[in-house]
Amino acid sequence: MIWSQLPQFFVSGLTSGSIYALIALGFGIIHNATGIVNFAQGEFVMLGAMTMISLTQVVGLPLLVAFPLAVLAVMAVGWLMEIGPIRRARSNNILILVMITVGASITMRETAMHIWGKTPRTLPPFSGEEPLVLGNAAILPQTLWILGITLLVVILLGFFFNRTMVGKAMRAVAENRRGAALIGIGVYRMTLLSFVLSGGIGAVAGIIVTPITTMSYSAGVMLALKGFAAAILGGYGSMKGAVLGGLLLGAMESFGAGFVSSAYKDAFAFLILLLVLFIRPAGLFGKEEIKRV
Amino acid sequence: MLRVKNVSAYYGNIQVLRRVTFHVNKGEIVSLIGGNGAGKSTLLNVISGLHPPSAGTIFFERQEIHKLAPDKMVRLGLLQVPEQRQIFNSMTVTENLELGSYSLPKKEQKRMAKSQRQEIYALFPILQERAQQRAGTLSGGEQQMLSIGRALMARPRMLLLDEPSLGLAPLVAQEILEVTCKLRDNGTTVLLVEQNAQTALEICDRAYVLEAGRIVLEGTPHELLANDEVRRAFLGKDYKEKWER
Repeated sequence: MIWSQLPQFFVSGLTSGSIYALIALGFGIIHNATGIVNFAQGEFVMLGAMTMISLTQVVGLPLLVAFPLAVLAVMAVGWLMEIGPIRRARSNNILILVMITVGASITMRETAMHIWGKTPRTLPPFSGEEPLVLGNAAILPQTLWILGITLLVVILLGFFFNRTMVGKAMRAVAENRRGAALIGIGVYRMTLLSFVLSGGIGAVAGIIVTPITTMSYSAGVMLALKGFAAAILGGYGSMKGAVLGGLLLGAMESFGAGFVSSAYKDAFAFLILLLVLFIRPAGLFGKEEIKRV
Repeated sequence: MLRVKNVSAYYGNIQVLRRVTFHVNKGEIVSLIGGNGAGKSTLLNVISGLHPPSAGTIFFERQEIHKLAPDKMVRLGLLQVPEQRQIFNSMTVTENLELGSYSLPKKEQKRMAKSQRQEIYALFPILQERAQQRAGTLSGGEQQMLSIGRALMARPRMLLLDEPSLGLAPLVAQEILEVTCKLRDNGTTVLLVEQNAQTALEICDRAYVLEAGRIVLEGTPHELLANDEVRRAFLGKDYKEKWER
């Protein structure tokens, strides 16, 4: 009976939803600082996982050392992307900057293909493979890692944006670039920081998801699209929206796959994306543009 | 303190500023008056580093500043309070003020933040009442006060005020001008841009008239108030009055 599988759907929805949430957060952070959509967000995810795979399996570093190193490596990629093509463009034109991120995405993907080849790779789970059975649902230990680490990232980001001066300055830039520049907030530095931060969050997502799926040079594309759909669903640029949009999208996808057919699993994300764009383009938590005249 | 020399600026193909030259001495309030589209706000944005000049030089004290980014100007102590206020609507009054001190060294931020906020609340008591309210919910006058207060948090040596009385009730506008005088008396130099020549000439030490991107007149308020052109163009007193005299 399909009803008995509900808890299982819920758990797997929450798991992939967490990943989408992290990717959506990455999209949101860069959007808030710059106003652009970073199409290389999925490649950050892929690079994080691939670097982690190399560090643990080729270099042989233990998990606890390799994890932060891989995250730092992708942060460096984000940093290079900003100080290189994005800043060199010397442009405020959104479309130009977005096209640059598309270019960066293709470059990263192809470079990854040459380094790691075309075969999908995977990581061992962080701690064991014995699933926890909870009622009707079997929960893999890795699922707990994913939920826990996502929660930790969300809490840390919340602290950063609401309690620290730099985080508040980033919010200020998102809200009013001119006003922020005029009180001495270096808008360029905030843009740089947003790319570094998004790189780091993307890498975390890639590293924690790889043990339950796999990762290949091109896997970032689909993940980015899902994360993008989640961001739109939650309201593009809203941090709260990104997290809830991600979880909701994961759940809907999982239930959709369970009740209708898993063949359409990916289609659900895009169906939702289209519906949101038709019905409520601002998303669940997005602000409708209201201008006072 | 501030010297602007032969500054020209363009928006696309349109020349907005034509070889503008003027200066502001330490401790002065200097007004820049001019009608809509005379280039007043552009001039301030050029000084603040938001809009690059096509030609000319700008000195702040002895430093050439026309190639610096806006955040560097703030660190030098040159702050603009922009037209339309540009405050952070979704943040509270306190957070807005806190961000005002962003450009100060970290240590000072922590140490001074509270006492400095108190100073600003002393200037604008209404802001203290609204401390936990979101800036977007404030009235126009309160927002203007917050915008000035936020700039003061950076401990400026010179303030560029862009039409601070625009769209405010006369009493509130008066209050803001009084504070401007207070700031000058406490040692802050002020460049006041105004469309409302009457109020600007009341409080300033010297004034310049900007017209179609050029400085066309300069003088003390007394001299300008006596000038027929100024009276006609900015004070709404037309030639008839002269004729019938």
